[in-house]
Amino acid sequence: MSRQSNRATDSKKMNSELFTLTYGALVTQLCKDYENDEEVNKQLDKMGYNIGVRLIEDFLARSSIGRCQDFRETADVIAKVAFKMYLGITPSVTNWSPAGDEFSLILESNPLVDFVELPDNHSTLIYSNLLCGILRGALEMVQMAVDVRFAQDTLRGDNVTEIRMRFIKRIEENIPAGDE
Amino acid sequence: MADEVLFEFLHMEIVSHVYKEQQANKGEMDSKERGQCISVLESMGFRVGQGIIERLTRDSPSFKDELDIMKFICKDFWTKVFRRQVDNLRTNHQGTYVLQDNKFSLLTQLSNGKQYLDQAPKYLAFSCGIVRGALSNLGLESVVTAEVSIMPSCKFQVVIQKL
Repeated sequence: MSRQSNRATDSKKMNSELFTLTYGALVTQLCKDYENDEEVNKQLDKMGYNIGVRLIEDFLARSSIGRCQDFRETADVIAKVAFKMYLGITPSVTNWSPAGDEFSLILESNPLVDFVELPDNHSTLIYSNLLCGILRGALEMVQMAVDVRFAQDTLRGDNVTEIRMRFIKRIEENIPAGDE
Repeated sequence: MADEVLFEFLHMEIVSHVYKEQQANKGEMDSKERGQCISVLESMGFRVGQGIIERLTRDSPSFKDELDIMKFICKDFWTKVFRRQVDNLRTNHQGTYVLQDNKFSLLTQLSNGKQYLDQAPKYLAFSCGIVRGALSNLGLESVVTAEVSIMPSCKFQVVIQKL
């Protein structure tokens, strides 16, 4: 392998390796703690949700993006700004439903799965399920209820990784009692 | 790219998860259960440390001696993992080293002083494991502990185990 990469690229790669390796250690630990893949998937989603509800604040502070006008704009912001900012990749937004309430994010590469192989006895594990939880939690904090799931996964033999996002409804802000 | 933030959020959520799981059955955790949580976090860090040091030292020449390794940990390794160098390294030249980081990256978000001091150990276990894992893959078995008296300054104590 050539040694042409300069220090800047090296340090960026290294930081994402820290995240990737830590994530791997987490999934391994969860597989040890829980008996079946379904339970691990649920835990990853829950943990992702907890991260997402905090990450959105960090995202809004860093990106100073205003309120999105519609779901299409939301999709673009997620793919072109958020993913780029935190994972260094820009998925493409495709497969819009006719009603405009559902779309796919296609990830050519997924940094979470660098160095990862799924063993045969974990064929139903959704390794990157943390991402679904993060997206769900983050969007809930900006008043959007969404359903997020993996439609394709390179770890399970597909060519690309595809995340399907569906808009469920707008969450009404709860006005505390006593306010007009 | 802001992925350091992503790692920090992930780390905090992992700590929170490990403690929640242990606490699932009872109200208050006893010290044995707390110890178990710390162990789980430390062993997760160990695997990560092993992986990181492998990637980091792929093309490096071998180290001259133990002190050389510790200096590498304080400079290159600390920079890659915690985004700064260790501020102070002390040793008794008999296998014990104290690495002092005055602005430890995993503590800066918690507090600046004495607040949450009792929570600090939870957030240091993983990092202790990372250091122990890195040293292990460099051929040094060690015991790594951390102590904090004022956040976010932190001292890691490394005791190399002689075979």
